[in-house]
Amino acid sequence: MERLGKLPKLYLAIVFIILYAPIFYLIFYSFNSGGGMSNFEEFTWEHYAAVFEDKRLIIIVLNTIIIALLSALLSTTIGVIGALAIYFMRNKKMRNAVLSLNNILMVSPDVIIGASFLILFTMIGVKLGFASVLISHIAFSIPIVVIMVLPKLSEMNTSLIDAALDLGASRKDVMTRVILPFIKPGIFAGFFLALTYSLDDFAVTFFVTGNGFSTLSVEIYSMARTGISLTINALSGLIFIVTVALVIGYYAINRKTKMPLTGVKK
Amino acid sequence: MNKSRLRSIYSIPYTAWILLFVLAPIALIVYYSFFDLAGNFTLANYRNFFTSVYLKLTISSFWYAFLITLFSLLIAYPTAYLITKTKHKQLWLLLIIIPSWINLLLKTYAFIGLMGLYGPLNAFLEAVGIGKQQILFTDFSFVFVSVYIFIPFMILPIFNALDKLNPALIDASRDLGADSWTTFRRVIWPLTTNGVKSGIQVVFIPALSLFMITRLIAGNKIITLGTAIEQQFLVTQNWGMGSTIAVFLIVFMFIIMLVTKGKEKGASDNGKAR
Amino acid sequence: MKSIIQSAILILIVSGILLFINAELNKGSKSGTGTITVYNWGEYIDPDLIKQFEEETGIKVIYETFDSNEGMMSKIEQGGTAYDISVPSEYMIEMMKEKNLLLPIDYSKIPNIKHIDPYFLDLPFDPGNQFSVPYFWGTVGIAYNPTLLEGQTFESWDDLWDPSLKQRVILVDSARETIGMGLNSLGYSLNSTDLGELREATDKLKMLSPNVKAVIGDEVTQLMVNSEAAVSLTWSGQAADMMYENEDIDYVVPEEGSNLWFDNIVIPKTAKNIDGAHAFINFMLDPEVAAQNADYVGYSTPNLSALDLMDPEVVEDERFYPDVETRSHLEVYKNLGLELLGVYNELFLEFKMDMK
Repeated sequence: MERLGKLPKLYLAIVFIILYAPIFYLIFYSFNSGGGMSNFEEFTWEHYAAVFEDKRLIIIVLNTIIIALLSALLSTTIGVIGALAIYFMRNKKMRNAVLSLNNILMVSPDVIIGASFLILFTMIGVKLGFASVLISHIAFSIPIVVIMVLPKLSEMNTSLIDAALDLGASRKDVMTRVILPFIKPGIFAGFFLALTYSLDDFAVTFFVTGNGFSTLSVEIYSMARTGISLTINALSGLIFIVTVALVIGYYAINRKTKMPLTGVKK
Repeated sequence: MNKSRLRSIYSIPYTAWILLFVLAPIALIVYYSFFDLAGNFTLANYRNFFTSVYLKLTISSFWYAFLITLFSLLIAYPTAYLITKTKHKQLWLLLIIIPSWINLLLKTYAFIGLMGLYGPLNAFLEAVGIGKQQILFTDFSFVFVSVYIFIPFMILPIFNALDKLNPALIDASRDLGADSWTTFRRVIWPLTTNGVKSGIQVVFIPALSLFMITRLIAGNKIITLGTAIEQQFLVTQNWGMGSTIAVFLIVFMFIIMLVTKGKEKGASDNGKAR
Repeated sequence: MKSIIQSAILILIVSGILLFINAELNKGSKSGTGTITVYNWGEYIDPDLIKQFEEETGIKVIYETFDSNEGMMSKIEQGGTAYDISVPSEYMIEMMKEKNLLLPIDYSKIPNIKHIDPYFLDLPFDPGNQFSVPYFWGTVGIAYNPTLLEGQTFESWDDLWDPSLKQRVILVDSARETIGMGLNSLGYSLNSTDLGELREATDKLKMLSPNVKAVIGDEVTQLMVNSEAAVSLTWSGQAADMMYENEDIDYVVPEEGSNLWFDNIVIPKTAKNIDGAHAFINFMLDPEVAAQNADYVGYSTPNLSALDLMDPEVVEDERFYPDVETRSHLEVYKNLGLELLGVYNELFLEFKMDMK
């Protein structure tokens, strides 16, 4: 383990402060007895109480998390397969063409993606709601996974695969024992960024949702006209704290149980 | 034979995705781009793109996307590098991503408060003696908040590239008498170009079509192609013109891919030669 | 490899548990004489009233939200959803009528219509209120904070052009409102179809550029409340929100006239439970319900009988319930057709590009 000098530490500290500043600002005002994100009046818990009283809001939050987790999982699976397919393509022109197609959804504004998906779903006859939202989120998260996995694949030493094959490993073994472990960081990066895409999306979800199904983003954006209530701040604060606790907890448990293993590997 | 068939079975979901969710929407967009408001076939939308404000919008979109990508890279690279040096690097990396899971509109409202004339940032500037500044609705605030949004997307691939870097290589370079800068330029940077390239792709391409931030943080003093498309689709209900702009956006993206591709071929060849 | 599969299984288990909790939560709602789906702006109804309606009628309400008139119409036009109630603005009602997206309203099922102020009925965008029932209404005007100004007032739109307001005015990111302000200040109609007049209005707006701090949307509320901005072109409903948070702020409708806007309840053609939709409309027009709703949302209600039940201080506030004399200067938007809407937006874009 290398130690960080003072200056690098300061640099990281500034980056993290900026990253978290808006979130702490939101949480700070979630305790405001006044109505909005300014003029802090008095400390109150009332907005937190309001979160738990609003059953509809809780259902929406759960919807949002379910969609995010499932869409990230499925898009990661499909994306990894896609990246492998692209990597193993022999025809370079074909490869470039597929890669460019892969990126189209990233350059298209959400409104266009949303509108064209809506037309697509109504044409095929998919009922708007959970399924259509899930499918759309999978669809727009795939490109980011592919882009995250590809550089790991191209860093991979091909002699590694050849060696494994020479040693009599089956193709399946090569995949599960050589390739996938090597690109694992790319897979996780893709998964987490897919989560980000899903949690943040408003426009696409707005177009393809229906029949009472809603996500937090759609809810928040449609509140803009009459003012976003501080209940949403309180809710975001709760989600944030739970997420951080989960991540740190998971990390700690993981380290404890896996410590010896990784220690040996290094 | 058998194996390649198996492989193509595996790639069915990805192929299906390309057909249904990429090619079909593109076909739809291209189709719409040839129709005017009354539903008649026309090339006027394309003519309109070249004769009106849209060229100006294109240039400004590219300029700001470039700035956003540049600053994201400048900030993300050292951050990613330093994180690889920390004790709990995976945890720190996750902590970089977590803020992006809080709703963007809410965070943007928070930025409006933070950067406001009476916000904490200006209070700080005043305390330091610089005095109050108009921060909101400037180029600075726009680029700053955009970089804020995109930074995790830049850090992740760079971190992944740096993390697996063999420390022996750096030691070797040092032992051979190279100073830090030379080590970075000749050893570290070339080995991370793949990660940097993915980072640039996932920042630059979406930055071209940014829209909400242009209004909330830049007060419409900056307008991008994404804003124009959104207006055409939602407000003016002119799907033809909106689609035409989108077609150009996609063409630009293809060109960018072609330009960056030329280098990647070399990189992967290098890898194989090794 | 193992850790990848482990993570995937963990995610599946967590999602499964959450799906189960969600299903349990959804089950709690009783099923009576069917359900209706209400499609409305976020925070645009008192949630207690929805509960009250469910208890009184046994009809379960599914509440969905939208953030723009145009987005809402696209969804209804495309189908695939079953919205029984929606609340578009007046120009959108005209557009939806043209596209045959609305069902006629059967007034024999809505006796409470008698409580609505006749002034708000039978307007040009919906003659005879065949398709829509007033929900909330308001004006477009100038919100300003006198404590940040040096005594400037805004009796006239031209006051915004005053050189002392450099970089202090916030405009709204909507072509009809902003170009409309230019038209109003020149004494032209808000519904002008004369290209010469529109050009003149745009050129006049360009002269305003030095004073314009930003052209934004709903975020203006927060900026005004924070004393970040001194003057803004805004809707009366939003001005009411601002004043609720910051008492220094005032609101005025300039004397040359302005826009009178409506959000009306309609039954889209996607409706499945038409009787339920009528029951809902009738419920919302009940004076006590309308009063409680107006109190929660903070916008002006068209319900005459409700006014008697509300805080007199609110109802007598000329800024939000203007007298008949002021109302005579107000103009309701007409649907100008997509062609002209395009022209308005192009001119508006030209103005925005010119701002820098």
